[in-house]
Amino acid sequence: MYETNYHRAGSVADAVRMLTEAEDGKFLAGGQTLLPTMKQRLAAPSDLVDITKIPDMKGIREEGNQIVIGAATPHAEVAASALVKSRLPGLATLAGGIGDPAVRHMGTIGGSIANNDPAADYPAALVGLGASVTTSKRTLAAEDFFIGMFDTALDEDEIVISVAFPAAEKSAYAKYPNPASRYAMAGVFVARHADGSVRVAVTGAGQSGVFRVDGMEDALAANWSPEAVAEMSLDSSNMLHDVHGSARYRANLVTVMAKRAVAAAG
Amino acid sequence: MSKVSMVLNGKAVSADVEDRTLLVSFIREVRQLTGTHVGCDTSQCGACVVHVDGKAVKSCTMLAAQADGAEVLTIEGLAGDSGLHPIQAAFREHHGLQCGFCTPGMVMSALDMINRHGPGNLDEQTIRHELEGNICRCTGYHNIVKAIKAASDQMAGMAQAAE
Repeated sequence: MYETNYHRAGSVADAVRMLTEAEDGKFLAGGQTLLPTMKQRLAAPSDLVDITKIPDMKGIREEGNQIVIGAATPHAEVAASALVKSRLPGLATLAGGIGDPAVRHMGTIGGSIANNDPAADYPAALVGLGASVTTSKRTLAAEDFFIGMFDTALDEDEIVISVAFPAAEKSAYAKYPNPASRYAMAGVFVARHADGSVRVAVTGAGQSGVFRVDGMEDALAANWSPEAVAEMSLDSSNMLHDVHGSARYRANLVTVMAKRAVAAAG
Repeated sequence: MSKVSMVLNGKAVSADVEDRTLLVSFIREVRQLTGTHVGCDTSQCGACVVHVDGKAVKSCTMLAAQADGAEVLTIEGLAGDSGLHPIQAAFREHHGLQCGFCTPGMVMSALDMINRHGPGNLDEQTIRHELEGNICRCTGYHNIVKAIKAASDQMAGMAQAAE
């Protein structure tokens, strides 16, 4: 790792000021992606601004019909939250399956979505539940937040403060993890809302990151059962293909994971 | 350079280190506590697991500066005056190690899972799932799992006896 300067921000305004003053600064959340990247010298920020100690960015609370999660909340806390488990069981399952226990103690929801790794789990939950992302500048719908592979709508000096998830009637997440890295080869989040609308969001499989599957959403809105999606084959032309799996393999995994997710949601 | 202070195994320590210093380097090179190992250095293997404020973390994937002000527990801080910690004793009893390189991380992860689930509340499947972030290339995990189960049950008995 190249030398860097560490700063700890006490407030959001503090963090933005520290970053603006830095030559080539980066916000540091749990650091479970950024630090390994810096160790490989693939990133060399002059300054790191630690945003995990900012009180406004911590904790999980219920606001009306929404579950609001502070951006600096680690995955382990989301996975263990009684509130999340009762209102959005799919989200608790997803958070409890990220990386491993030690990674889940450090990694945060804000850091994960700001990085927008195409194989990260959280983007599927945000898009699948129709969440909104509040930043230091604005509030965005999840689908407007995620732009593409490792790309979001965030400006350089913009910080994710919290994510608000509308409570769903049913929700579940199923992923096929890469056996070595535990990143999703394909992860599918399904949710059915009280008005009968259904969302199916896929991570790990698409070339441009998270995406929705309209055909599956329509089929599940008409018939909420694993059988409704079991025979669907997806177009593989926009799927990732790499040493871990071909595009056709990933397309098939999406169908299998969708089936499992609907079965788990009950 | 920044001054980093923490409570390491119950003792207040501080040192001036480069900001890029990893927590594991602080523990091993600055504080000379070499029980915490560096295996993969890419956050996969878990040989470097220590507890920061009571939670297991990979010390190769955290800056020492991030742990400034925290309480850090390493493998050296486990054994009391009366001898091995029950988890260490169980690893010895059940032959939960061969070369021993992964053992400090395994033991620290074991303590973390027992803390979270509560002593006596671990079954084999849970232990195996919880060990996803710790790699052992010798044992095939069977005796590690047995050792953790035995330690968890024994610690439940000790907790009961203390009441």
